Amino acid sequence: MPSELPLRVELHRISKHFGSGPTRVDALVDIDLDVRAGEIVGLLGPSGSGKSTLLNVVGCITEPSAGWMRLDGEPVYDGGWLRRDLRRLRLEKIGFIFQFHNLLPFLDSTENVVEAMELFGTPARLARQRTAALLDYLDVGHRRHAMPGQLSGGEAQRVAIARALANSPRIILADEPTAALDSQRAAVVMDLLRRVATDHEAAILVVTHDEKIFGHFDRLVRLRDGRIEAEAPYAADSTADNATTSRLSPS
Amino acid sequence: MNLALRDVRHNSLRFALTALGLGLLFGVVISMTGIYEGALDDALRLPRAASPDLWVVQPRTHGPFAEPSRIPRDTRDLVRRIPGVAATGAVTFQTVQTVADGKPLRMFIQGYEPGRPGGPQRLAAGADITASHFQVVADVSSGLTLGQQVPLGPLRQPYTVVGLTSSMVTSSGDPVAWVTLLDAQSLQFALPPALERREQAAGRPPPQTGDINAVLVRLAPGVAAATVAAEIERWKHLAAVSQVEQESFLTEFVIDKMQRQLGMFMAILITVSAVILALIIYTLTMDKLRAIATLKLIGAPDRVIVGLILQQAMVLGVAAFLFGLGLIVAVKDHFPRRVMLEPRDVGVVFAVVLVVCLLASVLGVRTALKVDAIKALAG
Repeated sequence: MPSELPLRVELHRISKHFGSGPTRVDALVDIDLDVRAGEIVGLLGPSGSGKSTLLNVVGCITEPSAGWMRLDGEPVYDGGWLRRDLRRLRLEKIGFIFQFHNLLPFLDSTENVVEAMELFGTPARLARQRTAALLDYLDVGHRRHAMPGQLSGGEAQRVAIARALANSPRIILADEPTAALDSQRAAVVMDLLRRVATDHEAAILVVTHDEKIFGHFDRLVRLRDGRIEAEAPYAADSTADNATTSRLSPS
Repeated sequence: MNLALRDVRHNSLRFALTALGLGLLFGVVISMTGIYEGALDDALRLPRAASPDLWVVQPRTHGPFAEPSRIPRDTRDLVRRIPGVAATGAVTFQTVQTVADGKPLRMFIQGYEPGRPGGPQRLAAGADITASHFQVVADVSSGLTLGQQVPLGPLRQPYTVVGLTSSMVTSSGDPVAWVTLLDAQSLQFALPPALERREQAAGRPPPQTGDINAVLVRLAPGVAAATVAAEIERWKHLAAVSQVEQESFLTEFVIDKMQRQLGMFMAILITVSAVILALIIYTLTMDKLRAIATLKLIGAPDRVIVGLILQQAMVLGVAAFLFGLGLIVAVKDHFPRRVMLEPRDVGVVFAVVLVVCLLASVLGVRTALKVDAIKALAG
């Protein structure tokens, strides 16, 4: 990844603990992580390793306990939140993709995306035009009036990606986006994320256990007990390099 | 985009059924306001139809409608001689139970003197009473028809229907009928032959049949009612009541209890509606927790979340109100009691419904605001 591309996510000595005294749990310990525009980073690790907490911290859903964090060049956390309107921050800078798409069940495909745009302040007419283009871009334009319950898993996930892209976020956070999909559809979704990362210059952080999609990441970060255990570019040959899939494969 | 309406569209059957149920409750509340207004109007219809300037009644009573009043029949002539009095009429009031066309019939009988104040106003059909005895003018709500004979009194004497009025009923909904004063007194005091013979054998005097319940007084133009009333009350055995006072007796003593009863029922129904609405809104909110968490996660401010819950409650309440109103408008003429829907009352019920919706959504709003955005990420 060229180093001249801007940093979208910058984490420095980020820690997060829950509880205190003997019940204290250190979910994240001194995490240093940078993600550049156009980069897709996979977060691996066993259950309880802290990858979901790390995703929540970057998504400004969970407040860290220490460290500092910058998103898209803007200081966001430095021992405390630096912005009060974190929801607005999410609306402006971050797109979320979930394991089970989480489309609003009472809105059709178009309305799910338009709603995200309208929350941002985009006029309804423009939002509809942009949504149509976005759904076409993600090859799901023919399902624009379908309700979530009428969509296949792959279609629903593509509509969810369209919603995540609604306000042209600089950071996309995906939590097991392919877990509910077969390998063919998982590959389609990851190809889409690659297009999004390239076309929108977005940094994409993906929590996954899905070995089938490791080849789509620029970098794999393995967490264990709240610390980064290993961080390396993806390499298909497990014997070629220490920073390989074998070392970074999910436990 | 209005999320509340989209959710209503998505759950249209559930919303429709809930609105239907709530609509029935609101319909009952609306009908109760109509029943009260109808009863009030009915109660005032009889005194307003007579519309005298003064009612002469027994002292220390609120007669003749709110409580019994008995005064001598010669009161009419006494009062007539007071300067400023243009006309007087003696009247009696009683309730009778009879059978017409094989069905039980309850009527409120007013005895009056034809040609004097107190007779039926604005006949819908037929003519006024012309004979001294055994003719009756009845309200159409009695089901009687012109020329029909109806047995009245302990002697079951047949009376012929010669005239019909419309919308003349009492506060209880009983139709009003008019007979001559003499017939009315006979109906009130006549004894069945066997009982009359027993009374004679026991040496008891026959009952006084000359008493009346009130005298209606019409004044000459320009004469002050208070002056004539003061003159009448110089006789200690008489009291004079103005038309306004008579109406206030009816509303304060006769209708007041009904108003409180209906008010209590309405309060209970509104409370039940509020609880049901709150439960429905809470259940709908619980069903949407993940959607609400997702909305928060993608950046929706609290006002969007609150708006979703509140607007749903309002949509439900307004739909239920309109259904209830439509239902009552459609069936009100088939009620056994007159239902008078006043725009003011309907407006008040609508305002109460909106307040109920507001209160009922509090629980749902609180639950929705407590939802953590992180819940959207949970598997």
